[in-house]
This record gives sequence, C-alpha cells and structure tokens, in this order.
Amino acid sequence: MEHEQYNFGEHCSGLCCTKVENFCVTIGSTKILDDVNIHIHCGELTAIIGPNGAGKSTLLKAMLGDIKHTGELQFLDEKGKHNGHPLIGYVPQNLSFDSSAPTSVLDLFMVSNSKIPAWLLTTKKIKEKVKTSLSKVNGENLMNKRIGSLSGGELQRVLLALALDPVPDLLLLDEPVSGIDQKGLELFYNTVSELRKEYDLSIILVSHDLDLVEKYADRVILINGTVLCSGTPKEVFNDEKTSKVFGMSWYNSRADSEKKNGVQ
Amino acid sequence: MLEFIYKVLDTVLPFQWAGHEFMKNALLAILLITPLFGLLGTMIVSNKMAFFSDSLGHGAFTGIAIGSLLGLLKPVFAAVVFSVIFALIITVIKNKSRASTDTVIGVFSSIAIALGLVLLSLGGSFNTYSAYLIGDLLSISPTEIAVLIFVFLAVIVLWVIIFNKLLLVSVNQSLASSRGVKTLPVEIIFTSMIAVIVTISIQWVGLLIINSLLVLPAAAARNITGNVRKYTLFSVIIAIFSGIGGLIASYYLNTATGATIVLISGIIFFISLAFKSKFN
Repeated sequence: MEHEQYNFGEHCSGLCCTKVENFCVTIGSTKILDDVNIHIHCGELTAIIGPNGAGKSTLLKAMLGDIKHTGELQFLDEKGKHNGHPLIGYVPQNLSFDSSAPTSVLDLFMVSNSKIPAWLLTTKKIKEKVKTSLSKVNGENLMNKRIGSLSGGELQRVLLALALDPVPDLLLLDEPVSGIDQKGLELFYNTVSELRKEYDLSIILVSHDLDLVEKYADRVILINGTVLCSGTPKEVFNDEKTSKVFGMSWYNSRADSEKKNGVQ
Repeated sequence: MLEFIYKVLDTVLPFQWAGHEFMKNALLAILLITPLFGLLGTMIVSNKMAFFSDSLGHGAFTGIAIGSLLGLLKPVFAAVVFSVIFALIITVIKNKSRASTDTVIGVFSSIAIALGLVLLSLGGSFNTYSAYLIGDLLSISPTEIAVLIFVFLAVIVLWVIIFNKLLLVSVNQSLASSRGVKTLPVEIIFTSMIAVIVTISIQWVGLLIINSLLVLPAAAARNITGNVRKYTLFSVIIAIFSGIGGLIASYYLNTATGATIVLISGIIFFISLAFKSKFN
C-alpha cells in the first residue's frame, strides 16, 4: 500500500508547518533514532505511536534540544518564509519532583514565565495572568494547590496550560503511561482538541493509547527507531507494519472491537 | 564601622553573653551565614542533594589540607578554590554519566576525605587540624565578618537571578529546556555556591555537622509550608532562630556552638513533623 510521502520541498503546501529533518540520536553506542523525517501542518494533531523503546519520548526530547542529535527542526510560517526554530510548548510525561515539595501551581508558572524570583514575592498582575492561563484548561481553582497534591489528570491539565503560556508554534505532548484514569484522559484530549481549533496549533502527541489516537489524531506516525509508516489513523492502523509492531493480539482485539462497534 | 556595630549591639542586647567581643562577632557571623544556609537548604532538600552537600564538606576539608601543605596562612582560600573545582567535577560527571548519582558522589566524597586525612596527617601533625572537624564559631575575626558580608550579598544576588531556573530544572529538565533554560550552567552556579558557603563555614561549624545546618531548617520548613515563598521564609527564620538560640545556649551550657545550633534545629524539625499532617 502506498502512503502519502513527506513533502521535502522548501515550501509548505498549505499553511504554516514544522519540519523535522534527518533526526538521528545516538546515546553511548546505541542508535536510538535514525534519519527521522516528519512534516507537520498547523492545526493538525499528529500522533506518534510505536512500541516501548521505539524512541518516541527521545524524539520529543531531541526536538526540545534536551538530547544531543543531528538533523534540523524548522518552522515555516504561512508564506513559506524560513522562520527557524519554533517556539515549543512541552507537556512532559511525568515530573521528577518530590510529591511533598512545597511548590504551588502558581510557583510553577512564576518560575517558568516570570523574571521575579518566586521565593521573593508575587504580584496581583502575575496571579491574574496565571488564573487566565489556567481557565483555558478549567483549572482556575488549582492555582494555590501544591503540585504534589494534584491528581494525575489535574497535573496534566496544569502542564498543558503552562505549555500554552505563551502560545507556542508547536505543542509537544508526552502522554503519561499511568496515573490518569480514562475519564481524566478524555477530558485532557477534549481540552487539547478545543485549544487546537482555537489557536490553530501544531500538535505532536506521543501516545500509548491507540483508541484515543484513532479518535483524536489527524495523522499518525508509526516509529520504531525510524519512521515506519504514516498517514491518517485508518491508513496506519490498517498497515501490516503496525500489526507487526504491536503484535497479533493487538490486531485481533482491534478487529473484535470493530466488529462489536459494527453490531451496535 | 565595627565599633559602631558593637555599640549598637550593646544597646540592643544588654545581656551578659553579649558583653564579650567574641560573642558579638559570633552573633554577627550567625546573622550573616544562617540565612544563607536556610536559603540554599531549600533547594538542596528539594533536589535531594543532602548527600551531595555532605560530600562538599569533605571536598572542603581536603582543600584545607592542600592549602595547609602549600604553607598558606589562611588555607581556607585554597580550600574555596579546591571545593568549587570538586563541585564542578561532580556536577559535570553526574550530568554526563549514566551511573547513579549516589555512586558518583560516594566515590568522589570518599576519595576526597581520604586524601584530606592523608595530607593532614603527613608528618604526624593531624591534631593541629582536628579543629576543622568540630569547628569553632567563637574564633571568628572581624576580617572574616567582612568576607561574610561580601559572600552574603553575592549569594542573595545570585539567588534572585538563578532561583526560577533552578526550580524549573528540578521540576523537570526537559520542561526547563523547552523554556530555554540551560540546565548545566544553572546547576554549576548552584553547586559552586554551596561549595563556597560550606568551605568558608567549615572552620566555624566543623565538617561533622555542617551538612545538618544546610538540611535541617529547610527540612523542617517544608513540613509546614505549601508554596515557595513560605518555604523560603520559614527555612530562613528557622535557620536564624536556631543559630542565635544555639549561640546563647552554648554560652551558658559551655558546649560547642555549632553542635548546639544543630540540636536546636533538630528539635524544631521534630516539632514541624508533628504539624505536617495539617499541610499535606
């Protein structure tokens, strides 16, 4: 089956776009990512799927510049003018902080966005701004809570609000493997979908939940060290490479659920 | 200048213990150094770096040994240079290597203390230096207070500049990268600050207990606070309170000042533990 090939031309075919070109990551003597090329259009939600250890989170970290890599990340605006490195909003998979840490949501916003040291003082203006940011994710009431006391879903929404302040060119979401219930995940995805329309955001999502990917993603990229295939969720999920990577059990359970949905 | 401060202290503190000049010097030193312990301690505890700061004490000890061997009158200046380099090495290796942080620190810390002991015991004159193990706060001189004022101001300024970045790095390194924070330089500045503070204080507080002064006030403060401002404020207040309380108590009980200070902050820590459930 033929898939839509990446557009390697200098210009974006439509609106603004983000290009990952020839990304390679080597850690120690292990090649984690080899020649990854991705092309994302604004307003699209692109999901990256792949088995454990496929290099999904590594790809996000390389895009952030947190991991040494070769290759380029480019952002081009509507006119196809070269705009260089995009402003990236990032929602990490998990935070490494100690859950008993006396750090409030307001503190987290202050240390990210303000020049005023968070230990010294806070102003009404900052609080108002943070409240506005949090209201985008229905989290106004979370401002004075300790980040360690938030539920998995609440923390994820707070991190999303933080990633959107200031509004980025490209939003990178690393979906948590655990700690969020199904309801929390759907609420998170609904919020992401709404914000995408509102701000015309390019979103790259690393996901482990293929059902949610099918429901929310415009495009899916299957990677395992390098890009194996890409396209619409339907195209990728029906590709034999996908069933090979995820195994027969996944393929069968999918077929079952499709049958069930058909009956309903 | 100093005469004026002494006069002010005499007026404000008309007590017997404050009558001696060495007590006044010690009090001034405590007022300058304990807030810094409280301040830096907040991030040491938050970043789980208690073991790291402990090893810096060992690095400082070795630095003093090297300074003494070089025949310096004030080995502490050689020690500052050495322990900053020591801190840099540990920080860089910790970032570059995939070995566990504990192991990296453990290796360097034990080598440092062993080297320090070997160097100081060369020629069998170790007893001269055993003062560095326990420290003597009452030996502080006016010149040293002047140095402390300079260090105090430098730390406050740096803390204003790097704190936000440092906290963001400690919450999530990739998140910090996405905000344009350069992780390694921020960590290096922080660890160098700890190295300097630990090294210059070691002669007054002593190697054995210096780490408790860094860790205890912050550990107590985090039990009873829910945001960064209160955390910092309480940590600094507890540090200053223990410092002054320990100085006065040690005068009347005739005990080692540094250790008395640590005991008081230890008691405060356990009191704070009792109130912990209210804040979590």
